[in-house]
Amino acid sequence: MRRVILTLVVTAAVLVLLLGYKTASLKSLPTVAIAPTSNSTSKAGTTKGTKTIDGAVVQTQFGPVQVRVTIKSGKLTEVVPLQLPSDRSRDQEIASYSVPILRSEALKAQSAQIDMVSGATYTSQGYIQSLQAALDQARGA
Amino acid sequence: MELELRRVQQIMGMPISLALRRGEEPLADEVFGWLRWVDATFSTYKSDSEISRLVRGELRPHHTHPLVREVLGQAAALVAPTKGYFDIHARGQLDPSGYVKGWAVQMASELLLARGSHDHCINAGGDIRAHGRNAEGRPWRIAVQDPQDPAEIRWIIETEDLAVATSGTYARGDHVIDPHTGQAALALSSVTVVGQDLALADAYATAALAMGTDARHWLSMLEGYDAALIDAGGGTWSSIGWPCEDE
Repeated sequence: MRRVILTLVVTAAVLVLLLGYKTASLKSLPTVAIAPTSNSTSKAGTTKGTKTIDGAVVQTQFGPVQVRVTIKSGKLTEVVPLQLPSDRSRDQEIASYSVPILRSEALKAQSAQIDMVSGATYTSQGYIQSLQAALDQARGA
Repeated sequence: MELELRRVQQIMGMPISLALRRGEEPLADEVFGWLRWVDATFSTYKSDSEISRLVRGELRPHHTHPLVREVLGQAAALVAPTKGYFDIHARGQLDPSGYVKGWAVQMASELLLARGSHDHCINAGGDIRAHGRNAEGRPWRIAVQDPQDPAEIRWIIETEDLAVATSGTYARGDHVIDPHTGQAALALSSVTVVGQDLALADAYATAALAMGTDARHWLSMLEGYDAALIDAGGGTWSSIGWPCEDE
């Protein structure tokens, strides 16, 4: 079996998710306030087929989160956290665990060239959202 | 890679991802507009939806929107073929949500086809309708997730014309109830059904999950639909026509 996504806690789920959400109402997500994301490409840098996109700073229940995505020749090559929650030990644990996973799993999904993920809504909603959002971002950016 | 149009919106309480060709933004708007209308009309969470008014007795069935009557009729017609395991009254009160999602996405796909959008893929909270090819000119690749370990993908389906629906029970709370016992269905972890119509695929997946151990036989008898499932012990089973090998 191919490992594609992992236990992305709500932090990671939300942060990646929000990259793909520009106008969505996020009412079903827990305790999330979002900063405007409409300028997500305003800080984008482009050098010969390589694009970096900074997501907006997202206020989650764990603290502010921001990521940078790098796309080379249309492929998602890097997901780097720019800001992570750091005030409480549990949050650090979540962040240190989920972000590397988020990164590696998003990249694996890209290499497996998966377009969409099918799963049941209620349990894996966070997982699906996070991977799907990563795919949306990679494919549509 | 040729870029495609990707849009995501949160509708019906779930993220709905839409993949289209570049330049088809107006079609994306039309699809999301349709899905929002469906939500406003069928939601059991919105007190002013037709379904909520119907449940409260404020709206007579014959005064509802023709599509409401159509959906309720289609859903009711599934009770017998699913041996009562798919029942929009399973929780004691009318709740067509389990049918509406798949139906709405299927209709959206047909709308796109009617508008000349041959290549598209719609994913509503894990239930998918794919048609045509992706931006790279290849068939859509759809991963089926392992509900017990969301890190794992159990199957990858390549298709140019298919509905893929998954129903599952999870640690966070079981949401499928065996209508015959009133108890949560626990024998199976997830059921994925593929075929032409997403509303039916979704209903079949939900029914099979509620059936539990008897689901394999029932699924193998379905005409035009194939299925794969993961049981509570992590074992897998798939029907003869299931379109892929285990990952």
